[in-house]
Amino acid sequence: MHAPELDAALACVRVGPRDFDLSTEVAQLRAGDAGVGAVVSFVGTVREWRDLAQGDQLDATTSAPSVMELEHYPGMTERSIAELIVMARQRFEVRGIRVIHRVGPLAVSDQIVLVAVTSAHRGQAFQCAEFLMDWLKTQAPFWKKESSGGQSRWVDARSVDDEAAARWGGLPARNAGSTPS
Amino acid sequence: MNIVVRYFASVREKLGERELIDLSAISEPTMPRTVGELHTWLTQRSPEHAAALHEDKGLRTAFNQTLCAADQPLVDGAEVAFFPPVTGG
Repeated sequence: MHAPELDAALACVRVGPRDFDLSTEVAQLRAGDAGVGAVVSFVGTVREWRDLAQGDQLDATTSAPSVMELEHYPGMTERSIAELIVMARQRFEVRGIRVIHRVGPLAVSDQIVLVAVTSAHRGQAFQCAEFLMDWLKTQAPFWKKESSGGQSRWVDARSVDDEAAARWGGLPARNAGSTPS
Repeated sequence: MNIVVRYFASVREKLGERELIDLSAISEPTMPRTVGELHTWLTQRSPEHAAALHEDKGLRTAFNQTLCAADQPLVDGAEVAFFPPVTGG
């Protein structure tokens, strides 16, 4: 991949434990760009993971609060997201892109991920944001571990996420079902 | 010829964060030349390796921090990572 493009994309990416403020990030993305006519942002948050259908209660008296630990592969994480941004810029007519992904311990309702995109018209910004999220979920090396009431488990990859990414075409590898051989 | 092997998430919990493998110390017939062959060689190191690196839930591999296929050739100083399917976002 062409290095200057990748360097520019890396500058749009932040991975770390720190929380983010949506308004601040969007304001910075729009600042000084009079060509922006549309801003689309997506924020992913930590969901309570106990399966309510199986009769678990979201009752604070029954167990300790759920927590999530997000692990990643430092270096590869930032680079893989930057590569997705380079691909997104080739596919969509967008002006600004910002991707923030948190790692470390997170609590229920905490923010995990931000994807914000600006463009002249809404269609390209909507599509670009969705493309980035779909591919991030199957390509960027993050792993979620959920703990609640003394139990913990690694979150399983979902084939629906592979399908969401695959509909954009050109996906280099499946996630949930892939093997090295 | 040294290879750094890195593990993440559930694989890391079973095998630790990293191993240094000196490929030149491995006898010629079994010496891995690709990421796929390295995977096979690692699974034969111990029952723990075999269990942690099984493929029934999908195992992903990266070569120098880029996702790769099994036929990726190994080179001196390479960093090869094994990890479960990713679950970010």
